[in-house]
Amino acid sequence: MGRDYILIAALLAGIVAPFLSVGNAESWPTAAMALWIVALAAAAILLLPLSASWAAPLAIGGAAVGAVALYLLLDAGARGLAAPGLWLAMIALAFLVWRAMERSAALGARTKSRFLDLAAPILLGIWIVYLWQAIIVGFDVPHVLLPPPTEIAGAIFSSTGTLVADFVQTFIRSMIPGYAIGCGAGFLVGVLVDRIPFFQRGLLPLGNLASALPIVAVAPIMVMWFGFDWQSKAAVVVIMTFFPMLVNTIAGLAALGRFELDLMRTYAASYGQTLRMARLPAAMPFIFNALKVNSTLALIGAIVAEFFGTPIVGMGFRISAEVGRMNIAMVWATIVVAAVTGSAAYGAISLVERSLTFWHPSLRKVA
Amino acid sequence: MAKIELLGDRDPGLRGETVVSAGRPVVEVAGLNLVFQTADAPVTALADVNLTVNRGDFISLIGPSGCGKTTLLRVIADLERATGGAIKVNGVSPEEARLKRAYGYVFQASALYPWRTVIRNVTLPLEIMGLAKAERLERARRVIELVDLSGFERKFPWQLSGGMQQRVSIARALSFDPELLLMDEPFGALDEIIRDRLNEQLHQLWERTGKTVIFVTHSIPEAVFLSTRIVVMSPRPGRIVDIVESRLPRERNFEIRETAEFAEIAHRLRVGLRGGHVDE
Amino acid sequence: MSETYLATRPAPPRRWGRLAGGKTFPVAAVVFVLIVVWYLGAIGLNSGRVIDGYDADDDMRNKWTTSDLIADTLSMNRPVLPAPHQVLVELDKSVLETAPTSNRSLLYHAWITLSAAMVGFAMGTVLGIVLAVGIVHVRTLERALMPWVIASQTIPILAIAPMIIVVLGAIGFVGLVPKAIISAYLCFFPVTIGMVKGLTSPELLQLDLIRTYSATPSQVFWKLRWPASMPFLFPSLKIAVALAVVGAIVGELPTGASAGLGARLLAGSYYGQTVQIWSALVLASLVAGLSVAAVGWAERLTLRRMGGRT
Repeated sequence: MGRDYILIAALLAGIVAPFLSVGNAESWPTAAMALWIVALAAAAILLLPLSASWAAPLAIGGAAVGAVALYLLLDAGARGLAAPGLWLAMIALAFLVWRAMERSAALGARTKSRFLDLAAPILLGIWIVYLWQAIIVGFDVPHVLLPPPTEIAGAIFSSTGTLVADFVQTFIRSMIPGYAIGCGAGFLVGVLVDRIPFFQRGLLPLGNLASALPIVAVAPIMVMWFGFDWQSKAAVVVIMTFFPMLVNTIAGLAALGRFELDLMRTYAASYGQTLRMARLPAAMPFIFNALKVNSTLALIGAIVAEFFGTPIVGMGFRISAEVGRMNIAMVWATIVVAAVTGSAAYGAISLVERSLTFWHPSLRKVA
Repeated sequence: MAKIELLGDRDPGLRGETVVSAGRPVVEVAGLNLVFQTADAPVTALADVNLTVNRGDFISLIGPSGCGKTTLLRVIADLERATGGAIKVNGVSPEEARLKRAYGYVFQASALYPWRTVIRNVTLPLEIMGLAKAERLERARRVIELVDLSGFERKFPWQLSGGMQQRVSIARALSFDPELLLMDEPFGALDEIIRDRLNEQLHQLWERTGKTVIFVTHSIPEAVFLSTRIVVMSPRPGRIVDIVESRLPRERNFEIRETAEFAEIAHRLRVGLRGGHVDE
Repeated sequence: MSETYLATRPAPPRRWGRLAGGKTFPVAAVVFVLIVVWYLGAIGLNSGRVIDGYDADDDMRNKWTTSDLIADTLSMNRPVLPAPHQVLVELDKSVLETAPTSNRSLLYHAWITLSAAMVGFAMGTVLGIVLAVGIVHVRTLERALMPWVIASQTIPILAIAPMIIVVLGAIGFVGLVPKAIISAYLCFFPVTIGMVKGLTSPELLQLDLIRTYSATPSQVFWKLRWPASMPFLFPSLKIAVALAVVGAIVGELPTGASAGLGARLLAGSYYGQTVQIWSALVLASLVAGLSVAAVGWAERLTLRRMGGRT
């Protein structure tokens, strides 16, 4: 094990930082300094050879304490390039956070705990949000350009009603019906076309081509046909989700191995039996791949379609309206809702996938 | 040792009326030809093949890659269509035999469905044939016991070793109690130690159930150990060069590999495979 | 053993059978069916307004024939669904008969969109490759960053395109750059995922072998991982380039840009010029299709040089 250069750099930077100017804050508040010393002590202890189950919590704890310390410093008025002490300390903190992520990743790998596996990305996420807040406040970035996380959180809490109404309009009334119809139709056509190899060979290249087209551009046409309300948005979602599902269904139905197909033939199994018992289960990984891809596409489609005219509710409408009013915090609030919705949908599908395709090599651990 | 019952005696009507009495030919092949049309040029996979397999025989087809042994097996199984000549399985065409579920097929790979447990893999053919659940499970448990895998019913295929997976595949082929077993290099992917053990088990299985087996292999010791008759084939075009009747006793064990008769038969096979003359 | 699993189809009869057995004829047949359906759809969807027009006209009321209906539905000025030949005529007018430099030429607009898409594609690809290299070589990055890369796709970037345009406009970036950024954001994900798969595709066996040659990490990368990742890179590039075109188009929608295919779509929808919308749509599809084909051509070239089977 070589020297831990990252920790050494962190310690050096962390020790030098308090000696540099902190701008308007004049000097470090006592609480901030005390906490910073604790953080540095943690970093120093980490230089010792510790087992991961000690190192990880120590690093995380040290980083957390350091983060609070620097936030107190920010609060006291340290701003911009006049406060190099703050930024040097921030760099030291970054190195410590890096070690914290690494140690938790190592611990997660060692104990094979699913929960600990999430520790590293969660730490990275928290660090990014923290840094975001620090930079916006620390460099006095205009909030219309990029609002700090605190302001976005404020917007979410103060406009919960609006956000919920938008969510219902876009997700529940436009996206879900469109997703269900699009995926269902894609699957059905894929199964029907399976019987007619001629059409299959014709549809597959076209389906691939259609998946590449900017389908969202048909939104104005859908508005013309179906009106301003959720129906036109659902129609856009149907078209967007149809082709990936069709292509994946066709590919999935072809996925069953040669031997397995011959086996069914030796049992004199009918087409329906072969489809139901062998080819459809083998197609599940492909179908779930399409379902996951489609969940993202559907959300995007529903939102973007709302740029083209919508009753005065909906996430897409909210975004374009608030952009026009330069109320960027509200725009970000809507984005957060959209991102959480999208992740939740993707996660839900992944859970179902895990239970239905548990047998696929990509999903199972070696027994 | 697992208690072996001759399933076929219990309900002869499972697959239909065609029951082959002892001594009657199960497979008759006369002048069989198979020519494949490929992108480059036609390939003659089988040329003028003549073979008769009687009930209770254990026939091995041995030869180098491309000699048509797997193709011949697949024609018998109605997985390929011959382009010339005649073939009868159980007295009817291969297609009819297949529709009557007259044989069980074991592939080189186990071809088990990974989303089904062992016991549900074994009941797969029984489900297709429409048996009731209770009967399916009973039959499945019996054949699983036959291949010495009791206790593994609820495991998934990927939780088993390669040798065990092939045994499940064999159990599956036996579950609906066909008269004929077609096996295409079932042990080819396994190491020699496992292979020897499985050869022994297969031999005991054959001896006790009295099935007819047509077995494709690359391995001379395997062919000599298992078979009553060995068919030597050669490629380009695929044809039979020699048929060797085995003088070994019907009941065999491991030590028989060390005997002189074994070596003699193996020698004759080796010569045949190299395409030289056969010494009388 | 491969010969034994040769195709068991009987040899198809010459010419006609081979044509039907291939891919061109089925695709052409399906396209033909789609065009017929399109015509029927145009007649069907437009007939409502045409019949209303007949009823309002004293000369035509109750005296129109089916052939009148067909002729009129297929040549409306502002149809609900334009007929294919109408779209072709409009395309011909705005592509072939207008000077490419004038801002009424669809080719000019296509170029605006395409240039933004290409810049975004380049940026996204570079970012994706850099991220992938980092993820493959630094274990911590893999654990901490990968979940966020995947989560980034749940942020509907297309939905926040307006905000990006406005915000970047406020600090002085207008025109191509904001659209390129949107395209890049859409591109980097498939490239990252594909490259990570590709860079980790060499088997353990091959990695061990090259280490027995005392290869430095950089040699391992350039001689093994990079070439091995090519078959994974190109399918991702195809997806990415299509997404880049989508990104550029959507980037033009929200703030009423005046140039580009998205702008034409918007203009058509504002002024009810259906045929204009459809011709812009067709050209956008062509641009996307040609871009994907170009990447496919690059793929065949590269893989052929690497000895791969095309």
